[in-house]
Amino acid sequence: MHNRVMSAIAAAARDELVIETFALRRVFKTRGAEVEAVAGVDLKVPGGQIFGFLGPNGAGKTTTLRMLSTLLAPTSGEARVAGFDLRREPARVRQQIGYVGQLGGADPQVRGRSELILQGRLYGLSKARAAERAEELIHTMELEACADRRVSTYSGGQKRRLDIAIGLMHGPTLLYLDEPTTGLDPQSRAHLWDEVRALRAGGTSVFLTTHYLEEADALCDRLAIIDQGRIVAEGSPDELKRQVAGDVVTMNVSGDQEPVLELLRPQPFVREAGIEHGQLRIYVERGETAIPAILRLLDSASINLEAISLSRPTLDDVFLRQTGRPLREVAE
Amino acid sequence: MKTLRDCWLIFGRYLDMLLHNPVWVVIGVVQPLLYLLLFAPLLKSVAQIPGFPRGGAYNVFVPGLLVQLGLFSAAGVGFGLIAELRQGVIERMRVTPVSRLALLLGRAGRDILMLVVQALLLIVCALPFGLAISPPGVVIVLALVALIGLFTASVSYALALWLKSEDSFAPLIFTAALPILLLSGVLLPLALAPLWLRDIAKANPLAYAVDAARAVFNQQLTDPSVVKGVVIMAVLAGLAVAWAARSFGRAVA
Repeated sequence: MHNRVMSAIAAAARDELVIETFALRRVFKTRGAEVEAVAGVDLKVPGGQIFGFLGPNGAGKTTTLRMLSTLLAPTSGEARVAGFDLRREPARVRQQIGYVGQLGGADPQVRGRSELILQGRLYGLSKARAAERAEELIHTMELEACADRRVSTYSGGQKRRLDIAIGLMHGPTLLYLDEPTTGLDPQSRAHLWDEVRALRAGGTSVFLTTHYLEEADALCDRLAIIDQGRIVAEGSPDELKRQVAGDVVTMNVSGDQEPVLELLRPQPFVREAGIEHGQLRIYVERGETAIPAILRLLDSASINLEAISLSRPTLDDVFLRQTGRPLREVAE
Repeated sequence: MKTLRDCWLIFGRYLDMLLHNPVWVVIGVVQPLLYLLLFAPLLKSVAQIPGFPRGGAYNVFVPGLLVQLGLFSAAGVGFGLIAELRQGVIERMRVTPVSRLALLLGRAGRDILMLVVQALLLIVCALPFGLAISPPGVVIVLALVALIGLFTASVSYALALWLKSEDSFAPLIFTAALPILLLSGVLLPLALAPLWLRDIAKANPLAYAVDAARAVFNQQLTDPSVVKGVVIMAVLAGLAVAWAARSFGRAVA
């Protein structure tokens, strides 16, 4: 009986949304003009995942994040964060979330360990508990070498890991990361991705903003693409890419190509097939299941396959399709 | 209770930062001594001028110096806050459940502590030169200096949170501080001023603080000007604290 209740609770927690927003909106007034930085965002972020908020600079990512972390009051709209009402229960929301801003937040003049302990104490931890927790995080974030030095002496990667450790001091259920890898070299970036994945494995939900396509693609379980204050697409990276055009299987066969087209075109999984630049190009829904089927068909028709490759649309194609502009161009 | 604990934590952080920066400690100690050594000797002859208040040069000069110290050392505290805004430190603290009032009072507490230590140092160093003051007088004067410091530091922090840049903060704070200082009778008593200048000075709250401090140094602890000066500064400090704490709640870096 007890076990059944416990597993029901666990199941509910898994299905629970860590963030749910309804028409969240923020208007800034600058010199008499009104700028709608976030123009009515509806988001559903499932718990236990890495959720990415992808968009060019100025798209409204940071403004949304600041609203969801109680730093900025929404102009209108509602949101629930980690089970609490953002407007009515901000104190409860704060207890549940960790926030790592673009700027970081550690003072260069202070030692990393002191910043960690202070942060823990601001969340109500006792001195001893805060010191203990700081030690844990110094270990998991690999800050042993620099924890007792001033932050001004840290490398970019160390500083970023300290910022994240500060955000984790009180063991939040949801961690916000605003552009976590901006300005990091590729090695530090890969290292940070691993840390973020480890957080997910430990049960923390992560909500991050990024304008890097690779980051969104490699790191995130789900994505929302935002442009000019509006969500233009939402789904897993694969789903989003599939919405665009599906995958493309490119083949070379020895001999006549026409019979191959005739063989494949009627297949249910083929959207379109044609010959471009002397190669067979088959547009399919899902490349990974189409390739074995194609191989079987060609084999049974005794067609000799010379080469086959699968290419997928990128998130850039998704952004282009939704906004009419390539993200790479906008982001630079 | 929680607010008190938060104040203490924030206070501890900034005190720690101050103590780990020996340059500031040295400057803090040397500054009041410079006033005493390089400016006070001029007063011996000024005190001979007809109309100069009674009580001797140091008993007229030191109270003004204390008020000036309160105003000028606290006026600049916003610079440090702007640097912190830029590092994201304030934002990082604002996502925690920390009391917004504590974010202000913890900082200002450090500033006031430094100020009171400087003021005490100045009083002690002026004693051999002929300064006369009773222990209760010292307590009242230090309280007055603390209130001036709290008021000025709160205004400085609120302006820093509003302007967010040294380029606009520096001219504003110093342009505002200078006339307030000159019209307070800090350097020379306003009794020497022409009538029109004295009338303008009546609108300057700091002038009442200087009057109160001078009365205390004249052994007139029960003079109405003492209560008046302390109450005016207490009310102003309260208003400034409310404004600045609100600014900490809304700050957008």
